[in-house]
Amino acid sequence: MIVLEGLAKRFGAVEAVREVSLAAQDGRVTGLLGPNGAGKSTTLRLLYGVLRPDRGRALVDGLDVASAPRAALGRLGVLPHNAGIYPLLTARENIRYFGALQGMPEPALERRIDELAALLDLGAILERRAKGFSQGERLKVALARALVHGPQNLVLDEPTNGLDVLATRNLRELIRRLRDAGHCLLFSSHVMQEVGALCDDIVIVAHGRVVARGTPEELRATVGSGSLEDAFIAALGAGAG
Amino acid sequence: MRALWTVLCKELVENARDRRTVLSALVLGPLGAPLLFTVMMNLTLERGRERAEQPLELPVAGQRAAPNLVAFLKGEGVRISDFQGGAAAAAAAVRSHEARVVLVIPDTYGERLRAGEPAAVQLYTDSSDTGARGDRVRAEALLRGYGSQIAAWRLEARGLSPLLAQPLAVDEVDVSTPAARALAVLGMLSYFIVFATLMGGLYVAIDTTAGERERGSLEPLLTLPVPRRALVYGKILAAGAYMSLSLSLTVATFAVSLRFVRFDTLGMALNLGPRVALAMVAVMLPFVLLGSALMTIVASFTRSYREAQSWLAAVVLVPTLPIVFAALYQVPSRAGLMWVPSLSQHLLIQSLLRGEELKASHVLLSVAATLALGALLAWIAARLYGRERILG
Repeated sequence: MIVLEGLAKRFGAVEAVREVSLAAQDGRVTGLLGPNGAGKSTTLRLLYGVLRPDRGRALVDGLDVASAPRAALGRLGVLPHNAGIYPLLTARENIRYFGALQGMPEPALERRIDELAALLDLGAILERRAKGFSQGERLKVALARALVHGPQNLVLDEPTNGLDVLATRNLRELIRRLRDAGHCLLFSSHVMQEVGALCDDIVIVAHGRVVARGTPEELRATVGSGSLEDAFIAALGAGAG
Repeated sequence: MRALWTVLCKELVENARDRRTVLSALVLGPLGAPLLFTVMMNLTLERGRERAEQPLELPVAGQRAAPNLVAFLKGEGVRISDFQGGAAAAAAAVRSHEARVVLVIPDTYGERLRAGEPAAVQLYTDSSDTGARGDRVRAEALLRGYGSQIAAWRLEARGLSPLLAQPLAVDEVDVSTPAARALAVLGMLSYFIVFATLMGGLYVAIDTTAGERERGSLEPLLTLPVPRRALVYGKILAAGAYMSLSLSLTVATFAVSLRFVRFDTLGMALNLGPRVALAMVAVMLPFVLLGSALMTIVASFTRSYREAQSWLAAVVLVPTLPIVFAALYQVPSRAGLMWVPSLSQHLLIQSLLRGEELKASHVLLSVAATLALGALLAWIAARLYGRERILG
């Protein structure tokens, strides 16, 4: 479970995140939806500890990322925006590197890599060097890397960027499977249809604030029409005003 | 500790697969530098030797006024040629490097000589032309020799011993050992060694910082529950490992390739056996930490691989500057200089090549000062990685 409480972050004169609070529950997919520049990536970076918040705090399974970073981050799998992998290492070596840094012992680590290879269908590329991998193949390796230590919570920042239809579909299936296994998933997107199709809970942010939240049905109900898009636009309008 | 080890191993493996790293650490530095140096040395030695063996070429103006002097010079094996023109032409010929030295004998020469007055002759030379130095010195010595011969005859004609005119007998005793003479030329060896050492870690330092950021693999790495300093120290050690490899190979190839330089033909000897080579690597090792920490810091400030490349190309010159000055001014080894990294390594290497025993206090100071600065820089690098702005 991931809880953000009143997060705020300023870069010089720019208030990237003004006030973001949310709770992403176990066994549910929570979508962080918002236009480009709304503060989604900054919010997630505050969560996974590469940025320190000016105000507020981020909790992973009740552990504060600021005061107990190693325990909190150990329960978190992270796929940052445009995450890169090492082109001169094989897919297996890429995953093994992160597993070792997570402190996993060697035989268990190799078993886990084989498990992930089956889950993500990495078989054909597992022992190949990552140079020349397609965008979808790179994403699968980055995902396996984020999942290697079997984290309860998974954060994905715009994971479908640059993926083709088939790869996007595979990713959605994986997210649903992880949810059904009881994991907590938090992912950001600026693509409304994607969030609508996948998420159990939606948090809409604009200008660094939460402007609306609820299940897709609840959000549709607020605007009276059946369209999530209208709800999104209405929420953005409310946030701007 | 385990995280540091994991990072170190991964960087070693990854960079071993990188053509740029392998080329710069194992080929360019270790092979290029000694090869270049050996060719340079051979050319220099070859030139010096030819000069000394060849007869002195001496254009003389006004030969007719001094037939005995000309005969003396010819007797000493000087190749005399007739120089047409006076003082102005002689000065112009030397200035334009047509001739290295020109001797001008005025018409009054014979008259003054017979009258027992100092007979002036002019030797035109250009002291800024280092290539002409040998010819100038030889011509001066010959003329001085002719002068003292005449002086001796004059004293004898008056019934006096020529020894009266020699109150002092100056014998020059050259205390430099053959190795020390070779060393004057070899002053630049440590420059090449320091440079090759730094080059060995250059691409590793870039790849593990700016390269990692450009690839987008830095952010996922920083989300791991691992102390940042473990990541940084692992990267610094990886660059250091490649630098040590480059250093050892460079010293080894120097030890081999300098055997092909004919130092012996100049009566010089070179003290670069296996023991000295090992000692050279040992005194250089503390510098490896300093160099890799320095390059890691600089590379982590840059925004891209290319930017890091241009910055580091300049940065690797910084530690070589003290060596250039020390070699130019022939700075002697002093305890006070052992505090200065790269300069202290240069001076220790020079002492080793000279065949001297290293002073324990000097070695200790050099190692301590260099390691201290290296540790400080590594600590600063770790602090830099703790900043939010490291993501760029």
